[in-house]
Amino acid sequence: MGLRAFIIRRLLLLIPTLIGVTLLIFAVIQFFSPMQRVALFVGQSPKELGSFELLIQKYHLNEPIYIQYVTWITEVLKGNLGWSKSINRPVTQIIVERAPTTAEITIFSAPVIILLGIWLGVKSAVHRDKMFDHLSRVVAIIGWSLPTFWFGIILISIFHVGLGWFPTGRLGEAANSFVHSDAFIRYTGLNTIDGLLNGQIWITLDALRHLVLPVVTLTVVIIALIIRVMRSSMLEALNKGYIVTARAKGLTQNEVINKHARRNALIPVVTVSGMLAAGMLTGLVITEYIFNIPGIGMWAANAAIAIDVPAVLGFTIFSAVIFVVANLIVDVLYAYIDPRIRLG
Amino acid sequence: MSHKSRFAEFRAGMGPLIKELKFSFSRIKKSPLSIMGISILVFFSAVALLAPVLAPPGHPSQAGDPYMIPRDSYVSEPQQPSAAHPFGTAEGQWDIYYGVIWGTQTAFRIGIIVVAGILAISLVIGTIAGFYGGIIDELLMRFTDIIWAFPGLILAMALVIALGASLDSVMLALILVGWSSYARVVRAEILRVKQEDYVEAAKAVGCSDLRVMVKHVLPNSIYPVVIMASLDIGAIVLSAAALSFLGLGADPGYADWGQLISFSRNWIMGRPENRFMYWFVYWIPGLFIFTFVLGWNLLGDAFRDIMDPTLRRR
Repeated sequence: MGLRAFIIRRLLLLIPTLIGVTLLIFAVIQFFSPMQRVALFVGQSPKELGSFELLIQKYHLNEPIYIQYVTWITEVLKGNLGWSKSINRPVTQIIVERAPTTAEITIFSAPVIILLGIWLGVKSAVHRDKMFDHLSRVVAIIGWSLPTFWFGIILISIFHVGLGWFPTGRLGEAANSFVHSDAFIRYTGLNTIDGLLNGQIWITLDALRHLVLPVVTLTVVIIALIIRVMRSSMLEALNKGYIVTARAKGLTQNEVINKHARRNALIPVVTVSGMLAAGMLTGLVITEYIFNIPGIGMWAANAAIAIDVPAVLGFTIFSAVIFVVANLIVDVLYAYIDPRIRLG
Repeated sequence: MSHKSRFAEFRAGMGPLIKELKFSFSRIKKSPLSIMGISILVFFSAVALLAPVLAPPGHPSQAGDPYMIPRDSYVSEPQQPSAAHPFGTAEGQWDIYYGVIWGTQTAFRIGIIVVAGILAISLVIGTIAGFYGGIIDELLMRFTDIIWAFPGLILAMALVIALGASLDSVMLALILVGWSSYARVVRAEILRVKQEDYVEAAKAVGCSDLRVMVKHVLPNSIYPVVIMASLDIGAIVLSAAALSFLGLGADPGYADWGQLISFSRNWIMGRPENRFMYWFVYWIPGLFIFTFVLGWNLLGDAFRDIMDPTLRRR
């Protein structure tokens, strides 16, 4: 099977999964009262629309279950995920508005997690059972065992409250009002990049200062995943026949590790990227909430606290879509790196 | 056949298994990290069992429920550690010492109930899927695919909102989200065991499907799953704590670590004269969760190495 055929097949498999996702969420919706379910349909301010009875009729909430599903899924496909009462705005609009904030944290933490994780894993395997290996494993297990919310609180108390080095939030007051003024053009919505594009380095620096603690939190909590997989697959690779051959040829230790072992050992890391995406999505909810960063995650956390049903369900669908697409990209990347996958 | 010779036969049959177990234990004994993990878990088990002695219930504010943390008043500001409150009090005057001690019981209860629920569902579904195969297998596995399409904790959050926020909902949601990965492991194990001669033999002599499954297939396939799931208790307690922290867990004042930390949110800033004035409201319950989870993960890490055949005998 060629790469293109593989991608098409994988895209087609996406359809039943996404239908399944909507069916599951629809099943969850059935737990709620008609009153709460109406909020799933009302896209504009609820006060402007007619009475409750009219809405129930309009959205077929008193009709058989399959008609309800079709009505709901039609609205979802139109991009209407309902009304979030916790911040009085349509769910879809909130997701679109807040996406850059959340994307910015992801863009800064994911590469750190992946590259640092691979480096630590390789080094651990090469120095197996030496000091470095023990240390990096201990650090990984500690990070893996830390409650994200507690670690965030500890970092805030030390580096924000105590030392005053890194603030919470997304931008300082001065930067925030400048960013929202007419003098500042928002090209991407990412403050770090927009700061550079506008020639306002101080905005970028301010944004970076606010990103340090959230990125550290996410990295420490998630990195164990990569270290662990990279270490064991590197150990396996180092025992393969071609490594012995490479050594016998007289290659240096660095050449053996970098050119022969690491490249093959990287493949299993691609497979855990799905877990990485899940860890990021969950981690972002807690991290944004703790550090007061007004992204999608903070909205989801506050919605859960306020039992804002459409917001929580909308966020759940959104994260399932992101997660499924991330897994798709991983699979394609996997097939690209390792031809055995698409041929097999 | 006398009882004695049957026992001898049993011993002979168990021989390789006992040898494997002895080897595993010798590996555990050699690893300082797993010894540390076991010590931590022994400590927490002791705290959970001795909770009524370490922190005797009976305070009038508890109304007879030992899992409710006692409080002396409704004053908001946390009180510093003192003789009456060794770890101080949290926002709302909940006694932190009492909360973390009885919270140990809550943590074990959450872990054990969720693992038991996950095992029950995954064993039933995985066995049925693996044993019958065909369309039943296909349907059940596609259903696990759907659950896999969600990041676990986020789906659990949605389920808790649907079921109504409570500790029971948190446990139920974690079971409903967690069974799918184990069902796949069970299924793979069943597929492996199903082809063994003794299963064919049992079928040939006319055993019912249920008998073959319960007597012959399951006993030969569940141990790895049971061990894997049990070692997940740390991760489960961590997820439950995150949901509790968001206020989706137990009622206010219930002895639960995640909730105790959520009481600390307003006090992280301290006072201008002393920024770390209220350190105890987040450090103490946090250290309890962290150490508990660390214990399980240390043990789990050791087991993963021991059970991995590619790393085992080197």
